[in-house]
This record gives sequence, C-alpha cells and structure tokens, in this order.
Amino acid sequence: MLKIKNIQTFYGNIQALKDVSIEISEGEIITLIGANGAGKSTTLMAVSGIVPPRSGEIFFMGEPITDMEPDKIVSLGICQVPEGRRIFPYLSVTENLDMGAFLRNDKAKIKKDMEYVFDLFPILADRRHQAGGTLSGGERQMLAISRALMARPRLLLLDEPSLGLAPLIVKKIFEIIGKINAENNTTIFLVEQNANLALKVATRGYVMENGRITLTDSSKNLLANEDVKKAYLGF
Amino acid sequence: MDYFLELFLGGLTRGSIYALIALGYTMVYGIIELINFAHGEIYMIGAFTALIVISVLTLMGMNTIAILVIAGVVAVIYSSAYGYTVEKIAYKPLRNAPRLSALISAIGMSLFLQNYVRLAQTPNFLSFPNLIPDFEFIKPYAHIIGSTEIVILITTAVVMVLLTILIKFTNTGKAMRATSQDKTMAMLVGINVNRIISITFVAGSATAAIGGVLIASHIGMINFYIGFMVGIKAFVAAVLGGIGSIPGAVLGGFILGWTESFATGYVSSDYEDVFAFLFLVLILIFRPAGILGRSGKHEI
Repeated sequence: MLKIKNIQTFYGNIQALKDVSIEISEGEIITLIGANGAGKSTTLMAVSGIVPPRSGEIFFMGEPITDMEPDKIVSLGICQVPEGRRIFPYLSVTENLDMGAFLRNDKAKIKKDMEYVFDLFPILADRRHQAGGTLSGGERQMLAISRALMARPRLLLLDEPSLGLAPLIVKKIFEIIGKINAENNTTIFLVEQNANLALKVATRGYVMENGRITLTDSSKNLLANEDVKKAYLGF
Repeated sequence: MDYFLELFLGGLTRGSIYALIALGYTMVYGIIELINFAHGEIYMIGAFTALIVISVLTLMGMNTIAILVIAGVVAVIYSSAYGYTVEKIAYKPLRNAPRLSALISAIGMSLFLQNYVRLAQTPNFLSFPNLIPDFEFIKPYAHIIGSTEIVILITTAVVMVLLTILIKFTNTGKAMRATSQDKTMAMLVGINVNRIISITFVAGSATAAIGGVLIASHIGMINFYIGFMVGIKAFVAAVLGGIGSIPGAVLGGFILGWTESFATGYVSSDYEDVFAFLFLVLILIFRPAGILGRSGKHEI
C-alpha cells in the first residue's frame, strides 16, 4: 500500500534521513522505533508531504506522491496524528473534528462518524463545546486521533501517541488503535519510542538509528532480538 | 446633549470606517503574522476605481443609486484583485523568509502602489461626488446625523455581520481560524493553506474597498495619498483592539473614532491625532496585547 523507496531528507545541510525504505501492506500495523532524533517524525512528515525528500520516491497504492501538496496527499486517504497532538487551541472540540473532515462533503456521514468517535472516546462528547487548548494531555491525544479518523483514512500515521501520558491512558489509546485497525481495516504506521508497547500491537517493525533503517523483522523476532532488547526494551 | 449626541454619532461613523479597514489588517496578521502596509493603498485604489466608474456612468445618465451600487461592486472586485496579486507577488515568495523581509516588502508595495496611482492618474485632489440621497425621514434629526452617516453605519453593520458569519460558521472560516492557529497541522488535515491565505487577502481587500467608497462619499475628496493616513489609523485601531482579534478590530475602530470625535468637538480639531495616538500609547502601556488581544499565541 505504502512504499517508501530510498528517500534522503535534509534540513539545510544536515541529513535527517539516509536511504530509508519502508513498505506497508493494506490492513497492517507496522511500527518504526528508534531513539529521539533518529528521524522517525521526519519519515512521517515526508510521507505527508510537509518535508519532501531530496531524492528517492514514495508511492501510495502504486501512485507516486513524493512531490505532492500535503492537502492532495490527505485527499488520497493518508492522515497523520503528529507528535505533540497539535490540537487547534482556539477551536472547540467539535470544530477540531470538523477540520478533520475538511475535505469531505457528505454531511450526514460526517455526523455519523462524529458519533462514532464520541463512542470511542465518550469524554470528548462531554467536552464538545470546550476549546481544544483547555483539554488535558490524554484528551488531546484522543481528540487528535479522532480528528484524523474524521477523514476516514486508509492509512493512519501515528507519531508517538504514548508520549507524556499516564500508563492507564496509554493502555486505552493502544486498545483503540488495535480496534480501529480491526474494525475499519485501517492500515496503521506507528512511530514510537516505547518499543515494547509498539511491538506488541504491530505485526512488523523497523528500527531506525541516526536516519538509517538498521533492522527490520516481525515484531516477535524483534522483541526477542538481543540488540533491540538492550537498546530499546530496557533489559 | 444634542451636541454630545452629534459627536457620538460622528465618532461612531468614523469608527466604523476605521473598523472596516482594521479588519483587513487584523485578518492578515492573524493568518500570516504580517502587517500588510499596502492595505491602505488597496483602500485608496477602491476609492479611485469607484470614482472612475461613477464618472463614466454619470455621463451615461444613470440613476444615482444604481451608479453607487455598481461603483461599489466594481471597486470591491478591483481591490480584491489587487489584494490577491499583492500577496502572490510580494508576500508569498517570502513566506519562509525572516519576518522583517516580508515587512519591508509590504512597505515597498505600499510606496509602489501610491506612486503608480499618482503617475497613472493624477497627483492632485479630485472631488468625489456624494451620490447618497437625502432621506426624508432623517430631516428632523439633520442637526445630529446625515444620510451619508446612516448609510455608512448600515453598510458597515451588514459587512461585519456577513464577515462574522463567514468566519464563525462556514467551513472556509473554520479553516481560516485553523490556519492562523497552526499552519502545518492545517496542511495535515487537508487544508490548502495557500488558498486560505488568498481568501483572507481577498476578504480584507473587499472590506477595505467598501470602506474606501464610503469614506470618499463622506469626505468628498480623494488623492493617491489618502490610503496612508487612514491606513495608519486603522492599523492603530487594530492594535488597540488586539491585533489578530476580529472583534478587537471593530472595538478598536469605534474607540478611535470616538476619541477623535470628542477631541475635535470639545478641544480642537488640531488635537484629534494627538488624542488618538495618546490613547494608543496608554493602551499599549497597560495592555500590550491590546484590549481583546491574546498574549502568547500558542500557549494555554
């Protein structure tokens, strides 16, 4: 479904991604793990068209999207929940969700999808008229995921959904991620520092170090891999 | 009491014009954090366009109200086209440059447009005919308020209501607010940010053109330089109210209008600008972000 082929990305003269290749099939959950600053977020931003790569190619459903405008990429069904949630602080919860559905015109279905996300996260329904900036960290993460779901994505890019959240909320968010994948057959590309958690929900994983993919395998093998254990799993 | 009322309504009229123009400053600032110094010139171009249309149509002997409406519409279209083009030529290429570059580009655009109109039209003052008829019902109150003032007040009220509906309730309006709060995230939900910025410039230029036609009818004179002072005043109004805030721009416009009107009426017209800017200094000392402004844009 998504094919990233040998991309190189630069910020000024600093190379952030070195020859990165990743492939995802439809319906899969895959994860990209690695330390802070390894280039994980840059990879997602390259897919979304915010930081276009200097060389290499990205294909979605066989179509090249390497130099496409970000809004065109969203219209193909690729949605990102970026690092730090980036909720619109002065828009209400409902308005934030409306923005998620910005490219859609089917009013009745949008309303139905809003009910669906309120079902997933009932707390958001209670806060629907509140400004996004007044929500707690966990609520913001829920809203950020819901906002992406409002676009009915075929591929969901999640950047560090567990960052800064209490363990109970992290558990809940990961349950929902599994549920979204199971119920809607949404393909999920998960970027995480919490490798243990990510590898448990994903089928396959990629390990990134200093802008390079150093290892890729099934989650089971990665969880058992001695190097991965030492570097990312903490034992 | 009548004198007070007259000054009050005069201030309201003046203030609503400042508010119309301040809206353009504040909307553009809200979305790309640029003080669009060429905004006053867009307003001046609106007034000139209207004058040209009025002259031609008057020669053809049309009904005055029809002339006024057509002139207004043409001015709005023409100014919008200028606003759109100025953004594309002078600001868009500098979007990722340091903010000072875009500001200098804005000042350059302002000087360019002034001199372009001076050369293409005339450096002299031209008289602008007042086509607003004297309404019968206003006669008993003529010592307090005139027909032109009534038309100005009603038009600005309608424009402000329309603009509020656009920004509060339509999808485009929500996208404008989203873009002003977080541009990257706006792109990530599929908003075409360039288009939203263009729409903002067009909306701001259209309101400025309406302001230009109204104020030219009121004062009865225009030249290539009228955009400068009004532009500065409207900018002051936007800053008073809190730049980036739309209700703030309207409130700032009214406060400025009343300050000038009362200063002129009770002190002397020589002091109107002094009081206007004195007020700005005071507000900025006690509320640096303006009356309704938010300090620290992205933190809550």
